[in-house]
Amino acid sequence: MNFLKRTIPLIIAFVMGVLMAMQYFVPHKLSQDLLEVVSRWDRIIAGFAVFIGAYSLFHLHWTRIKRRVAGWGYSVFVYFGAIITLIFGLLNGGKFFWNDKQEGTMFDWLYYYIQVPAGATIFSILAFFIASAAYRTFRARTNESTVLLIAAIIVMLGRVPIGNYISQYIPVIADWIMAVPNLAAKRGILLGMSLGAVATSIKIIFGIERSYLGGGD
Amino acid sequence: MIHTKKIFFFVTLVSLAFFPTFVAFGQSFAFLIPPSEFKAFDTPNDAGETVSLTWPVSPSDAADVFYVIYIDKDKNGSFEKEAFRIKSNTSYRTSVPEIYGYKKTNGNYHYVQVNPRKVLNGETLNKKQMYYFKLAMVAGDNKTFVDAIASARARGNWLHTKKINNFVIMIILSAIILYFIVHARRNPNMFLRKISGLDAVDEALGRATEMGKPVLFVHGLTGMGSISTIAATSILGRIARKIADYDANLQVVNNDPIVMSVSQEVVKESYLEAGRPDAYNPDNVFLVASEQFPYVAAVGGIMTREKPAANFFIGYFYAEALILAETGAATGAIQIAGTDAYTQVPFFITTCDYTLIGEELYAASAYLSREPMLMGTLRAQDVGKGLLIIILVLGTVMASFGLTFITRLFEAF
Repeated sequence: MNFLKRTIPLIIAFVMGVLMAMQYFVPHKLSQDLLEVVSRWDRIIAGFAVFIGAYSLFHLHWTRIKRRVAGWGYSVFVYFGAIITLIFGLLNGGKFFWNDKQEGTMFDWLYYYIQVPAGATIFSILAFFIASAAYRTFRARTNESTVLLIAAIIVMLGRVPIGNYISQYIPVIADWIMAVPNLAAKRGILLGMSLGAVATSIKIIFGIERSYLGGGD
Repeated sequence: MIHTKKIFFFVTLVSLAFFPTFVAFGQSFAFLIPPSEFKAFDTPNDAGETVSLTWPVSPSDAADVFYVIYIDKDKNGSFEKEAFRIKSNTSYRTSVPEIYGYKKTNGNYHYVQVNPRKVLNGETLNKKQMYYFKLAMVAGDNKTFVDAIASARARGNWLHTKKINNFVIMIILSAIILYFIVHARRNPNMFLRKISGLDAVDEALGRATEMGKPVLFVHGLTGMGSISTIAATSILGRIARKIADYDANLQVVNNDPIVMSVSQEVVKESYLEAGRPDAYNPDNVFLVASEQFPYVAAVGGIMTREKPAANFFIGYFYAEALILAETGAATGAIQIAGTDAYTQVPFFITTCDYTLIGEELYAASAYLSREPMLMGTLRAQDVGKGLLIIILVLGTVMASFGLTFITRLFEAF
């Protein structure tokens, strides 16, 4: 059992890890074909995984409805939405699901007039959250937050026409803040991250980091 | 008579004045000067699909003059198939520094790549097929051919020579990491700098245990193919182990079914390790939604209804980062975030109590487990950073004196 659960996955991780790392340096068609095959496998596995995800989702919400936990009414909506979408998806505008997907059906209507606006609504909340987060951050309680506050004001003014009206130097300073200190910090983070990613990849390829298989050793 | 002479003199003068202009205009179409040479070669570092063609610029190059390349499988063929057509004032060697570098003369040569299989679509072609090319200059109805016929085979390459620098860097970094892993086995008491975000994990879990409220672990939006998700599952394993010890309640929300399956297995194993297999509930590791904003809405709902005592946001996040973290902050939970999405780092810093920035996310597993071999990789990362700093300083100084070869050394194509 340990051989199936640990040894084989570790061998697969090692072989595929080395193979795919080398693939990057080999431009030959065989190498490109290998990448294509592996990507296709990934998509196939992801396709099967959808069933596991759907089971998890419906099982979770069924349990909530059954136990009448707080907010169980939302779980009813999950079933309601899924069933309605499934029915209209299968109906396919009267041509049924075994034909090509039809345009302008009720299925499309559900997507364009319910899912997309609902997603946009959630996204729009971000504007308010940015305002509240900015308020908390920009309160000049320490030297660091004072520097942050001044930098933020300059950058914000430098990005709008009024900044140029106040002083022609504000957009120039804003650009300098973005192009020099900001970019330097960003590159520093990126360099550290890249090294971390290489180290993590090596740990996984050589089987040193195994916790993603379950367990700590 | 005098008037006739004057008119004749005036007409002659005008004709002489405009003669060079007539000549110049006439020349652009009537006298095309073809390039002096025309060469073809297998495109280096490719899959074997294209042939490269190059020729020097001509004095006749202009916006209304075209270069047309004809292809044939036979040297004595009819060359009727047009493979490529470009304006004569476009496509220079400067567009392919990976082949010609950054020479000043690159602007004096045209360069194009032709995919013969695509051009000769439908024809049966041998892998070792030799392709022949003829170059013509075309302006209006005038067409002038270059005498030379260029030929080349399109062959696949087994090594991308322009990526050798990356390969060498990869080998050096891997060697450093493996050295420190071996070194750490011999010297397990290695010093690690303090990472406040990870030291606070125990505090957050203790708080949740005392309050009798759940701990919420939120995965990022990327799948198992992402290195940050793998790092996140490693951290999840360590956290789950501690939660099993504390007998607290852990909830893990996912947006990817594969990540969910892996997380279920990781949490289950951690409970087994802690000797608490009975406490593991697979329903606590669940999928809430696979789309970005439904995921945000569902997780936000869980936060506001169940009010977890501690929230962990670990992985790669996009625009949802601030919405999730701000909702969590509003519920009063202690929040620890870890991400390598540098665009989201400022949002987490403003709304979370502790944030693991970039590489700290990858260091977390080693830091929490204190396993010598994993800790060795952290030391290797620090050495790698030291090397990078030296190279950066050296590169800056040399570039300031006009020596740019160190920049070219690290260039990736």
